Amino acid sequence: MVPLSWYILLGVVLFVIGAAGVLVRRNILVVLMSLELLLNSVNINFIAFGRYYGDFRGQIFAIFVIATTAAEVAVALGILVALVRNKSTLKVDEVTMMKG
Amino acid sequence: MDPGFFLLFATVSVITALTVVLARNPVHSALALMACFLNISAIFVMLEAPLLAVIQIFVYVGAIMVLFLFVIMMIDVREAVLQRFLPGRNLPAMVLLILLGIEMLVLVLWSDRFSITEPAAMGGGDQIRQLSTTLFADYLLPFEAASVILLAALVGAIVLARKEQG
Repeated sequence: MVPLSWYILLGVVLFVIGAAGVLVRRNILVVLMSLELLLNSVNINFIAFGRYYGDFRGQIFAIFVIATTAAEVAVALGILVALVRNKSTLKVDEVTMMKG
Repeated sequence: MDPGFFLLFATVSVITALTVVLARNPVHSALALMACFLNISAIFVMLEAPLLAVIQIFVYVGAIMVLFLFVIMMIDVREAVLQRFLPGRNLPAMVLLILLGIEMLVLVLWSDRFSITEPAAMGGGDQIRQLSTTLFADYLLPFEAASVILLAALVGAIVLARKEQG
């Protein structure tokens, strides 16, 4: 069998890649996709811990994470469409409406 | 047999995740993200969570990626495609990320709590029945809260994406 630490290491690698996408990329679409990557790495950790400690709650929390992610993506893409309609830019740096 | 499959799925998912971040065209990013989600659902199957694997494919590959592709098609990505990805531009963020990665790797490799090789028995029998009993009995209130969140997101997305005079 595969040791638990392999799954945790896969989660770490995917988390760092997703965080790199969120922090370094300037395209809003790619930033949103990297957020999905972050949440998926967390899901891998939840399910791996739940499997190795014989607990269903890991899978249940993964289901809640997926539901929240679906809601987040719907709202974020709605905001994105409204933003592109008003400012016609996709770069994170140029969106300064809430800067005050 | 099992470690080979795990290494295959993990390698492909890491490569496709790197493609998501490094690709210049957002359409390529979306397709790589879809491949990454498929591999992650295969890893869920390896973890004996078949329900989660199916949910992953339905929700992520079926719904969220279609949403992403529709939005990419709706808005003009030509300007975004032209912009080049320069890894050296945001140096503090890169340093922070490298520190974060090294810290997590050291913590995981240092500790001996993650070296369990044999998974615990899952109570035997019908696992999806037990899972759904736990979900709908013990976690009923969070379940309802999640449904309310989804409804609010639905209404919010419609209101946000509507034209102003509508």
